[in-house]
Amino acid sequence: MWFYLARRLLSLGVSLIAASAVIFLVVEIAPGDPAAYMLGINAQPETLAALRTELSLDLPAPARYWHWITGMLGGDFGTSYTYRTPVADMVADRLTVSLPLAVMALVLAVAVALPAGLFAASRRGKPGDVAVMGAAQLGVAVPNFWFAMLLVLGFAITWRIFPSGGFPGWDQPLQALRALTLPTIALALPQAAILARVLRSSLIDALHEDYIRTARAKGLTPGQALRRHGLRNALIPVLTLMGLQFSFLLAGAIIIEQVFYLPGLGRLIFQSISQRDLITVESVTMLLVFAVIVVNFLTDVAYAVADPRLRRQGRRA
Amino acid sequence: MSRALILGMVLTLTVLAGAALSLVWTPYDITQMSIPDRLQGPSGAHWLGTDHFGRDILSMLMLGARTSIAVALVAVGIGAGVGVPLGLTAAARRGGLVDEAISRLSDLVFAFPSLVIAILITASFGASALNAILAIGIFNIPVFARLTRGAALPVWQREFILAARTFGKGAGRISVEHILPNLTNLLIVQCTIQFSLGILAEAGLSYVGLGAQPPTPSWGRMLADAQTLVTLAPHVALIPGLTIVLTVLGLNLLGDGLRDALDPRLKVIRA
Amino acid sequence: MTFSRLIVAAFALSASAAAAQQTDLTIALQLEPPHLDPTSAAAGAIDSVLYANVFEGLTRFDQTGAVQPALAQSWEISDDGLTYTFTLAEATFHDGTSFDAEDVKFSLDRARADDSVNAQKPLFEAIETVEVVDARTVRLTLSKPEGNLLFNLAWGDAVIVAPESIETIKSAPVGTGPFRFADWRQGDSITLTAFDDYWGKAPALTEATFKFISDPTAAFAAVMAQDVDAFAGFPAPENLPIFEADPRFQVLVGSTEGETILAMNNGEAPFDNPKVRAAVAHAIDRQAVIDGAMYGYGTPIGTHFAPHNPDYLDLTNLSAFDPEQAKALLAEAGYPDGFETTLKLPPPSYARRGGEIIASQLRAVGIETQITNLEWAQWLEEVFRGKDFGLTIVSHTEPMDISIYARPDYYFQYGAPELVAVFDALGATSDPAERTTLLQDAQRMIAEDHVNAYLFQLAFPTVADARLEGLWQNQPTQATDLTAVRWTQ
Repeated sequence: MWFYLARRLLSLGVSLIAASAVIFLVVEIAPGDPAAYMLGINAQPETLAALRTELSLDLPAPARYWHWITGMLGGDFGTSYTYRTPVADMVADRLTVSLPLAVMALVLAVAVALPAGLFAASRRGKPGDVAVMGAAQLGVAVPNFWFAMLLVLGFAITWRIFPSGGFPGWDQPLQALRALTLPTIALALPQAAILARVLRSSLIDALHEDYIRTARAKGLTPGQALRRHGLRNALIPVLTLMGLQFSFLLAGAIIIEQVFYLPGLGRLIFQSISQRDLITVESVTMLLVFAVIVVNFLTDVAYAVADPRLRRQGRRA
Repeated sequence: MSRALILGMVLTLTVLAGAALSLVWTPYDITQMSIPDRLQGPSGAHWLGTDHFGRDILSMLMLGARTSIAVALVAVGIGAGVGVPLGLTAAARRGGLVDEAISRLSDLVFAFPSLVIAILITASFGASALNAILAIGIFNIPVFARLTRGAALPVWQREFILAARTFGKGAGRISVEHILPNLTNLLIVQCTIQFSLGILAEAGLSYVGLGAQPPTPSWGRMLADAQTLVTLAPHVALIPGLTIVLTVLGLNLLGDGLRDALDPRLKVIRA
Repeated sequence: MTFSRLIVAAFALSASAAAAQQTDLTIALQLEPPHLDPTSAAAGAIDSVLYANVFEGLTRFDQTGAVQPALAQSWEISDDGLTYTFTLAEATFHDGTSFDAEDVKFSLDRARADDSVNAQKPLFEAIETVEVVDARTVRLTLSKPEGNLLFNLAWGDAVIVAPESIETIKSAPVGTGPFRFADWRQGDSITLTAFDDYWGKAPALTEATFKFISDPTAAFAAVMAQDVDAFAGFPAPENLPIFEADPRFQVLVGSTEGETILAMNNGEAPFDNPKVRAAVAHAIDRQAVIDGAMYGYGTPIGTHFAPHNPDYLDLTNLSAFDPEQAKALLAEAGYPDGFETTLKLPPPSYARRGGEIIASQLRAVGIETQITNLEWAQWLEEVFRGKDFGLTIVSHTEPMDISIYARPDYYFQYGAPELVAVFDALGATSDPAERTTLLQDAQRMIAEDHVNAYLFQLAFPTVADARLEGLWQNQPTQATDLTAVRWTQ
């Protein structure tokens, strides 16, 4: 066990270093000078040089990489070139939008997928199953940005029930929740569709298991048997998927944040890239990657603790 | 054949046929703009109406299908072409350093927010269909690597492999001659799924301006162009959107139908 | 307002508290400022929020583009034009520190310093020294006569800042204007509140929130749903007719200093050949570009000069749409079958949409273009600095910037000696009639030589609640001056 843990920790470290190097490289080769972007077309060469010095952009790339990763180890994510505020503060600020949005979208997705999956599995092959799975097929196929457009057209412009976008801040909790409603729906729908399908198929697998047969033999209906005995066992693949989806929702909401002009993490990255705010792009991307890698690591360790066989085979074998 | 499979095949073939037809013929020449004819609704002359430059939307969709199909197809090709050998190798060297490295590498790629990386690739190398292919293709690699490794492991335990081993066949030859043929069904189904995801991803990328550049039509950019026009001429936004939905739906139905027809117990990856 | 309406208004006011005059405003802009120091970045978005609202300079632009007194209430110019003596207003900074001549000296010296990061440093080139005469008087001595000094000092890059608050100016700007900075919700909005101790006329509004909505669809939705009271610089001209037809809204279409041009790389073949440039100019149907890209909003131009300027010459007939002539010119230039070139497009829709239309018009005369869409950072690097392009579309929004044609190192690389001579003569004279003649000569020269293809003057559309008044219609400089904005009912 300890050997396994040490090996996984080592590869965790290597992964993180590799990730930081890849991010730094990809960001650094992007053409475009942050200083030139800031100062525009009338900037004098010496003005540009002065700003580059101010931003420490005149240092060679390896030196900047070293500064960046040593800074991050000490919890310093650097100072944004464009906004001139600490990246950590900006991230904390943006997380107050992105985190609730991701959580709400996931909760909504589960709230829709759970009953839908159960219903479909217990009526396998019947019209109800076909209808629910047809809807899920549709949900998977709809581009979420297009769905968001339709939501805005309907609920914000035509019926004016929800705001078309923007975020008033949490000091107006009700308004904030209203502002996040349409984005949550737009994000949750495709996830709900995927979850419902996975849930249904793992429930159907469970139906063939002995304990369900036993439960059926005791006189439970298929629905009852599933709810009482099948669900817990079928949840494992669903939970794994949810973990994946959550990290996707956190960073992958870029397009949705764009459509609803929400000041979230995704849009921060998007903006920073176009403004060549390199340090912000690097640090935020690194944070996201770090979160996913660490969650993966913890999942692996948890699996290994639960099932010693996996230590030799590796996960998902 | 199930009805879903038939519907999937019909939808997929329609899109393929439209794309193929556009190689030799489209109802209108879309390089010709006609501003006075813009934003017309569907009519006898223009079955699906005209866009903001007065171009025929049906012709645009047919040509756009080519872009979507090409991008998604090549991206799946990259994913399978690199991912399958990696997965086979990892399975053959199970538990070894190579296996560990490939697994961690897959995890690493999965850990990167794909859209952010796509945007970065574009910022570095410019927006083009090629870079869209690259961005989508890279993220297909770990999908195929994981799938292949997972499916290959149990095959290695089978008796005929042991037999092949005793004949002195190397791990590489066994992988190609005995393991791979056992994975064909699974890979075909997974390719269909990745293909439909590729179409969606291409639409998303070109929607934010990162895919094929004008004048090459693309469905995502048609949607982006149409966005501000939804209230003026809803069909301009609805038709390309519906086209994407129907295409992806068709491919998914085809994938599911194929799985059910080939082997309902196949474990595909849906991420 | 008539007497009877006044009574009605007063009655309505007393009748119901709900009818009380609204004094807050939510106004949307497309771009968010990167930070809030107008003196250290080129981003027009900073001025769009802060100019005339939070920060003031010695002089300022009014809505017509004319230079007006601001913190300098009056001035005297010596006969040789080398000494300017300004008398300052009794103003206070928002943090309570007083405004005096020392602040002026600090601000101007900071902008001129060797390590200055002012994006428009050349504005201050002529200034030799800044002297504090007394608390209310400051004297500028120039090294050479500069007829544009008062104009230059009106720019947002020349506003007066305080040494006490300079460290935090990027996140908490402190100026002397009628509004003080209150809050910045990054990625969403900036809020300003009225400054009680403002030295000038108090504004009607007590609070103004600038909301940043970059997506044109979101912009449309936000205005339509009345989530915002006004949108200055509305990004989707195709939607303006909808607002015009809706009694809830008013649409103001103003002028800007933005000459939108199809720039050609004069430094490289084939665009170093005037015949090729003429062919391109004649191949373009301006009206189709204006209709197709801007839905009809925009004034055709035939040279690099703003049509609302009294010195403007209408030279559009020099490059009338004539594909046959374009083909003939191409053949004469040695390209009977046309040629291939690049067309690099920055993000605004005038460029992206206009580019697609122009590409199709050029194809009709045999010129094949390869379109590349670029972000601004890439455009600055590749096109503006790297001069790696054949064609590009961009709107030059600086006021009175025709002199860029005299700079051979400018990205389109023109700088013909005859034109340089015209600008040398212009710098040496302050006689209005002579200046007009010279400016018109320059306009004609660059039009006859078809340096670039001149497309249209960018329009500035503002959509606002029908009950609002006092918003700027024109954009002589990037600004959203709220000092005169008020609700009428």
